Amino acid sequence: MIAEIDNISLIDWSRAQFALTAFYHWLFVPLTLGLGIVQAVMETIYYKTGDEFWKKTAQFWMKLFGINFAIGVATGLILEFEFGTNWSNYSWFVGDIFGAPLAIEGVVAFFMEATFIAVMFFGWNKVSKGFHLTSTWLTIAGATISAFWILVANGWMQYPTGMVFNPDTVRNEMGSFWAVAFSPVALNKFLHTVLSGWIIGAMFVAGISSWYLLRKREVKFALASIKVAVAFGLIACFLSIWTGDGSASQVAKQQPMKLAAMEGLYEGGEGVNLVGAGILNPSKKEYNDNEEAFLFKIDVPIPKFLSYLAFGKFNAYVPGIKNIIEGGYTKPDGSIALSAEEKIARGKLAINALANYKTAKADSVLLEHKADSIKNALVLAAETENYTETSEGDTITAIALTGDELFAEKKAAVHAKIADSRQQLKENFAYFGYGYIKEPKELIPPLGLTFYAFRVMVILGGFLLLLFAFATYFSYKNKFETKRWLQWTCLISIFLAIFAGQAGWVVAEVGRQPWAIQDILPTSAAISKLSASSVQLTFFIFLVLFTVLLIAELKILTSAIKKGPQINENKN
Amino acid sequence: MDATYTFLQHYWWLLVSLLGALLVFLMFVQGGQSLLFTIGKNRIQQKMLLNSTGRKWEFTFTTLVTFGGAFFASFPLFYSTSFGGAYWVWILILLCFVLQAVSYEYQAKHGNLLGKKTYQIFLIINGILAPVLLGAAVGTFFNGANFIVEKQNLTNLANPVISSWTTPWHGLEAAFVIWNVLLGLAVFFLSRVLALLYFVNNIDDDEIQKKSRKRLIIETVLFLVCFLTFFVHLLVQDGFAVDPQTNMILPPKPYKYLHNFIQMPAVLAVLLIGVVGVLFGIGKTILSATWKKGIWFAGTGTVLTVLALLLCAGWNNTAYYPSLTDFQSSLTISNSCSSLFTLKTMAYVSILIPLVLAYIVYAWRALDRHKITGKEMEENEHTY
Repeated sequence: MIAEIDNISLIDWSRAQFALTAFYHWLFVPLTLGLGIVQAVMETIYYKTGDEFWKKTAQFWMKLFGINFAIGVATGLILEFEFGTNWSNYSWFVGDIFGAPLAIEGVVAFFMEATFIAVMFFGWNKVSKGFHLTSTWLTIAGATISAFWILVANGWMQYPTGMVFNPDTVRNEMGSFWAVAFSPVALNKFLHTVLSGWIIGAMFVAGISSWYLLRKREVKFALASIKVAVAFGLIACFLSIWTGDGSASQVAKQQPMKLAAMEGLYEGGEGVNLVGAGILNPSKKEYNDNEEAFLFKIDVPIPKFLSYLAFGKFNAYVPGIKNIIEGGYTKPDGSIALSAEEKIARGKLAINALANYKTAKADSVLLEHKADSIKNALVLAAETENYTETSEGDTITAIALTGDELFAEKKAAVHAKIADSRQQLKENFAYFGYGYIKEPKELIPPLGLTFYAFRVMVILGGFLLLLFAFATYFSYKNKFETKRWLQWTCLISIFLAIFAGQAGWVVAEVGRQPWAIQDILPTSAAISKLSASSVQLTFFIFLVLFTVLLIAELKILTSAIKKGPQINENKN
Repeated sequence: MDATYTFLQHYWWLLVSLLGALLVFLMFVQGGQSLLFTIGKNRIQQKMLLNSTGRKWEFTFTTLVTFGGAFFASFPLFYSTSFGGAYWVWILILLCFVLQAVSYEYQAKHGNLLGKKTYQIFLIINGILAPVLLGAAVGTFFNGANFIVEKQNLTNLANPVISSWTTPWHGLEAAFVIWNVLLGLAVFFLSRVLALLYFVNNIDDDEIQKKSRKRLIIETVLFLVCFLTFFVHLLVQDGFAVDPQTNMILPPKPYKYLHNFIQMPAVLAVLLIGVVGVLFGIGKTILSATWKKGIWFAGTGTVLTVLALLLCAGWNNTAYYPSLTDFQSSLTISNSCSSLFTLKTMAYVSILIPLVLAYIVYAWRALDRHKITGKEMEENEHTY
């Protein structure tokens, strides 16, 4: 019992530590992705026009980029190694597939980033203009390619594909690299995530520039920066809606429980509405009690919109949490959904089959060994005791055969057991992870967090789209400078954009609990064997360290912003 | 066993070893950090030092990350067993690299919260801990660690974890094995030797040149004492061999590593060329007052020497991560590697490595053509 409590606490602290690192990492990375493009566009304008103003503008944003970049690198390192330190079982169980994108990320992306960022920062007077511009673009290309590979890895956890389980090595092994690298979930995740980074980067540039306008400083610089940023942000917002839509339909297909949690949907049905806003009922404790799901709820005015978003048909069936646990409905592929109980039973069958397979394999080795040694002993005995010149060969052969026969039946039994267990494992492997689940309600992700985070992401996303539309309109009509309300909104919206991005990750990662790998491995079986107190300690060390460094970063950023690009406006 | 599979296991051990070897060379950045106040006596000198080796910190960092990623992809059982087991050692290594990542950028910036000195101390902490800890961690490749691997645990619902550590110290116990510590110290002093050679090559300042050449002698002596003691012990110590037919680990074999060098003459040749390169690079720099190319000889020598040592740890049917708790849990390149499919796929990816090396060299040369000078430090440029 105590061991079990410690185990639960270990899982929670391991998750908390990973979430903490990911949360901090995602404060910095989107800015790198978005700001990188904005500054590269600015430098391109400088390259084309030769106008020093654009060089200084690009250089100022690069300065902020550099301050932000360092801490993104630091948190990224921790994330990569945490797969080993805190999720060691995971690392073995799927390392054959998961390790590859991480290694490719290092070889293909990180070196590109590291090499050319040095040229970007220190090469202004040392290399040609063309080489410098190429380096700036290659830096951001490296960052984006690295995002691609790590999101391939993440996408694979949400939708494991292109692999086979090998019972001899007790792990999943890659069967198709292309299925992993270009799985639709991975591609969509990459696009949606990078676009969210672009939005945050664009908002950052527009917001900081607006601050200068509010202060009536660096006006030319600010207006020029805004023009680049808002158009870029608007494009990113539109593309983000498109990829978000793709994301929803993939979640509906691959992770129906996540979709149900995102919607607070307990009882599904055909032609389900999309919840616009709502407050969940805190008295609802169980998925099957008779409490209402919501205290208050407004649906999106388009009827049956959830069904449409999920499956492209207004009358499509969307299962709720209760339906998924109880099973029995028809899935989009025509099969009947199993209940959670059945899935757990099949998971246990799979795990049991693996255990039987391993035992039978060990028995088979022992048996071979035993058979060989007895046969050898018999032959030896025949050679020494019943030695007759005429019948030597025949006798020994006969005795050897008797030795084989002695074990033939046993061997056949073991081989049958190997084949049977292998077959049983294969038939039930799709539910392997369910074997570790004790009761069906463990399959429900934290509902409140998933539901509200989804609303925050979508509502803020919509707001940012409107904001960029207004800002682009006024910016290109040359009226931005006089719209103080718009400048204030842009400034505040930097935080809203970052918040929306974080909320998106909460939906993606909290919404897929309890799975480390969807249906195959729950977090409880993915951990390293450590004491909960060790992980608790490292959690707090990281918390303090990252927080101090974040405060330092913000102070350096604000100090650099206050100092400003110091572009002498009279000269330009 | 399938010959292609065996070949790929050796090929990937070579690549991982090469990354490890490059990492040790690139730790000249750490060496530069630990010498910050030893060589730099005033603000401008310290700034030159920081901007010399410091502008290469991302390479060291990236090599570490790629080393981790490549190890994960090719030998995932090591990744899961060592990282999850020797938890504290790896966490300490990670923490000191976090400090490094922010310190260069933040130390000279306004409003950096903790003050310039604190970030420079962070750099010194990283400069000492990173080489010592990484060196000691590599020491366990020869001297073993305390773990058990039991794959069947996955079917035990109450405790499904495959790899477990058998000391409550979770890796810190490696620090009590003198041979690990000696390797850690050897890497530390080597990083300082390489840093001094890089300063000589990269900084256009008479006083720093003179001081670096002088300091080189003491650091070299300390390096040689630590390294040679470790190395002589390595040649006479026992090692774990694996039977390639059965994949069973054999009981500790006397002079295993000495035999490895004798049975793999090419690796021995790489080792000797490497050692000569290191000694020549150092020696000529000490003897000549104007020669500046020591870093390239000593650097190449370092890569070759470390490569040979790591190949000696994993090739020739050797367990590269011996378990002191349970022989049969020891990791070898064949029992800890990825599937044939993954190793093959990743081998195709590795074709890109020469391209990556080529653009690194190109960009590095483009930047290093202009040496670090006091004048550049005073100009209003992007500097650390």
